Amino acid sequence: MDWKGRDVISIRDFSKEDIEFVLKVAERLEEELNEKGSLDYARGKILATLFFEPSTRTRLSFESAMHRLGGSVIGFSSASSTSVKKGESLADTIKTVEQYSNVIVIRHPMEGAARLAAEVAEIPVINAGDGSNQHPTQTLLDLYTIKKAFGKIDGLTIGLLGDLKYGRTVHSLAEALAFYDVELYLISPELLRMPKHIVDELRERGVKVHETTDLEGAIPELDVLYVTRIQRERFPDEEEYLKVKGSYQVNIGVLKNAKETLKVMHPLPRVDEIHPEVDKTKHALYFRQVFSGVPVRMALLGLTLGVLEV
Amino acid sequence: MPENLKIEVIPEGTVIDHIPAGKWLKVIEILGLTKPNGGTLLIASNVPSKKLGRKDIVKVEGRYLSEEEVNKIALIAPMATVNIVKDYKIIEKFNVEVPDEITGILKCPNPNCVSNHEYVTPRFHVESRDPLKLRCHYCERTIEGEDIMGSL
Ligand SMILES: [Zn+2]
Repeated sequence: MDWKGRDVISIRDFSKEDIEFVLKVAERLEEELNEKGSLDYARGKILATLFFEPSTRTRLSFESAMHRLGGSVIGFSSASSTSVKKGESLADTIKTVEQYSNVIVIRHPMEGAARLAAEVAEIPVINAGDGSNQHPTQTLLDLYTIKKAFGKIDGLTIGLLGDLKYGRTVHSLAEALAFYDVELYLISPELLRMPKHIVDELRERGVKVHETTDLEGAIPELDVLYVTRIQRERFPDEEEYLKVKGSYQVNIGVLKNAKETLKVMHPLPRVDEIHPEVDKTKHALYFRQVFSGVPVRMALLGLTLGVLEV
Repeated sequence: MPENLKIEVIPEGTVIDHIPAGKWLKVIEILGLTKPNGGTLLIASNVPSKKLGRKDIVKVEGRYLSEEEVNKIALIAPMATVNIVKDYKIIEKFNVEVPDEITGILKCPNPNCVSNHEYVTPRFHVESRDPLKLRCHYCERTIEGEDIMGSL
């Protein structure tokens, strides 16, 4: 696989080999970083972060990754500060910005914006979230976190909890997990079940899927519990939201029947889905998960720039 | 009445056969024939058919179809056959076929899709043919059934 110049737009564009390769490179970079403190693979290279809608955490994660690779960063963090406000087309913005940079990371409120940007740009484009469509680097860092914690993904039993209907991260994570020999517990309120076409696809691809509303019943089976927030803004009507808000809270009580080795993950930010008392337990993996974003994004930046020896 | 007799009613033009019953209006909409244009338009609706049970047939005098029109018809009538008639004879006959990729025919029904906001040709990939299911190249949402008809 030739990674130089490749775009990272959708987890659907990835094969299992691609995923494994990124995880392997990320692991190598993390080790190198621990040894040397900083790296210089991307010296002289510039990353442009085009955040047409704010997402401070994702932007900081990419910026940190580029700096740790020895490169530098330019960009903007809201469309209102750019000529987009004056009505410039996305294509023109991209064609302009690519004159200043070697790789582009884009976050945009419209679905498909990253794909369009990639078609316009000669340099690689990485999708940092396009509306409610894709956020592939989140999925890769989730997989990386699981792999680092267990040394493997195959053979694990993974629970996805919360908003499985509207949650973008759990959809692409589930699709990526289907490459592995895993068992999935889909735990959600009735109203927020995983869309049927995704469940069908998982089953067709050989994943053993259990759908349930019962978190406490499922918990003893799990190696990983992936918690998501129930996001008010995704609901078509407030009443539907009020019915399910606060359906689940992961706290010490809920975790008492869990395996010793259960790891709790969350894409963050959390509101009240995970009680802060869980932070101090050996189950908490969510801050480590945030850290994983850096080596995974370093790997993607380095590979698409073609600066890593692979 | 044997089927070929029904077809040979027009001296020259196009006969679109094996349209699912009730879909003839959609076909003439695609062809822009809902307004009078001079040529004869013959419609047979709810005709018994071995292949479909019931079918519609649309006959358009003095008019041939572009590739884009044939592709559009394939989306609503995947079993349709197109017959080209000259001097009351069928000189060419072919089945419509849904192409692997559909470009510029359908508009994405997702209001938040970039293809509805920027200068870009809408594009869809065919996920399955029976039943027809398409995936937007940009927003990756899938559309099927009535949503496809509504987006033509
Ligand atoms: Zn679309």
